[in-house]
Amino acid sequence: MSLDKKIKKSQSEWMKGKGPMGDVVISTRLRLARNLADFPFPGRAEPGDLKEVRNRVEKVLEKLNYGLKILDLKEIPQLERKTLVERHLMSMNHAEDGPEKVLAVDEFEMISIMINEEDHMRIQVLFPGMQLEDGLRLINEIDDAIEEELVIAFNEKFGYLTSCPTNVGTGLRASVMVHLPGLKLAGRLGQTLQLISRLGMVVRGMYGEGSESQGDIFQISNQVTLGASEGETVENMVGIISKVVEQERQARQYLLKNREDEIRDQVQRAYGLLSHAYRMNTEEALGLLSDLKLGIELDLIKEVEPSILSQLMVLIRPAMLQRIMGQELESGLRDVKRAELIRKKLSGGESHVR
Amino acid sequence: MLCQECKEKKATVHVTSIINGKKTELYLCEECAQKKGEWGFAAEPLSLHNFISGFLGGLEPGIKPKTELPGISRCEKCGLTFEEFAQKGRFGCQECYEAFSSQLPAILKKVHGREEYRGKIPRRTGGVLRKKREIEDLRKAMEKSVKEEDFEKAAEIRDKIRELEKELEG
Ligand SMILES: [Zn+2]
Ligand SMILES: [Zn+2]
Repeated sequence: MSLDKKIKKSQSEWMKGKGPMGDVVISTRLRLARNLADFPFPGRAEPGDLKEVRNRVEKVLEKLNYGLKILDLKEIPQLERKTLVERHLMSMNHAEDGPEKVLAVDEFEMISIMINEEDHMRIQVLFPGMQLEDGLRLINEIDDAIEEELVIAFNEKFGYLTSCPTNVGTGLRASVMVHLPGLKLAGRLGQTLQLISRLGMVVRGMYGEGSESQGDIFQISNQVTLGASEGETVENMVGIISKVVEQERQARQYLLKNREDEIRDQVQRAYGLLSHAYRMNTEEALGLLSDLKLGIELDLIKEVEPSILSQLMVLIRPAMLQRIMGQELESGLRDVKRAELIRKKLSGGESHVR
Repeated sequence: MLCQECKEKKATVHVTSIINGKKTELYLCEECAQKKGEWGFAAEPLSLHNFISGFLGGLEPGIKPKTELPGISRCEKCGLTFEEFAQKGRFGCQECYEAFSSQLPAILKKVHGREEYRGKIPRRTGGVLRKKREIEDLRKAMEKSVKEEDFEKAAEIRDKIRELEKELEG
């Protein structure tokens, strides 16, 4: 198989499409924690219990109309399991060896269900861009269909009962991944993030060591699962995130108006390095990709597809890279292969016309 | 610099989390960062179980958690003790919620800020709650009808409420 084909095969649906507010919002994820009423939670269950849970859940999932493929994780090599984590289909925790762990996933990699993680079921949906309401609709529909067949742990006072007290209640965690290079360059990032966190959201970001300039990608998620309904949780988040998006857009326009030469230079340098460097580690790549994406959204660069950041932020991860390259790579060689992959992607391995 | 989590590999990831305006910084290796879910979104928001343990005195050296409090000792179904719960921050089964119910509202209020459930109700296990909410809604509708002097409709709704209440008792 050619490298092009391997790259194409490694992309989930959400990485390719530009969703609503796709200039700022990379993706939306929702997940529900659910347990069967008659069994101890996985952390305290015997292997026999876990097997029974697995059988019951699998039987139900097979009947659903979502085309879910059921993967017995025991049968899947460690490296391949890590690629499932890097594609955001399951948790790192679930990739570790353990009894009766299963992942069910649909062909678009939009729906995934972990069996026997921390809870018996973790149901997840993943969309490009800002799609909290649609996400809630779909995940509710899946949850209802499952609940038709299984008795779920629930009580009136606390709602859905989960292994960890931080999930009890709705069991819903909604996360929106945003790209905020404009706010950072305009010096308004800290203040915005502080504000979001005061509004009951958890904000997490990741930077390269010693610098704040890498990735500019943040996850905003709801903190509480008790006291607000699913609808209220999502509605509240939609309000907050729309504000963040608006702020980011304003910051970008401000930069273009007042610091155009500087921004143009930064963006084109990033494009140059990404297109020609021979070696590149993940951190550097993410920082440059962030600049490049800003350039695309400001129309300073026209020949690269806007989804480049969503795609490459996953494809350049260690396990994904090794899978695409079809070989195990030690970290020095990985940097060389990572640069090769990025060059390939930018040189028109596929059509890039907007 | 070494990873602050495993203290083995080189830290390559600088993680900043802000929760309720409080900033925490961590230097981690790629693997630990991913494990902690700081990368991508394979993850939970910062786990609060350490906080719960602290709240219950479970982690403080020399201080025994207060497992002797009346009404909390051990879940009969799965055998989890309150001490273990305080240490791990995880329940063992759904019955734990009953077994530790005297302490739970306080803990959950600390974690969530609120303690009352307001979400979705499953059709099977949530039958009673579903009916209670339905009755609540009907009562409101009845009051409205009375105010609008549509007594015929109000009476109809009242009959429905009675029916539901009977089902609840039965
Ligand atoms: Zn580490
Ligand atoms: Zn228990």
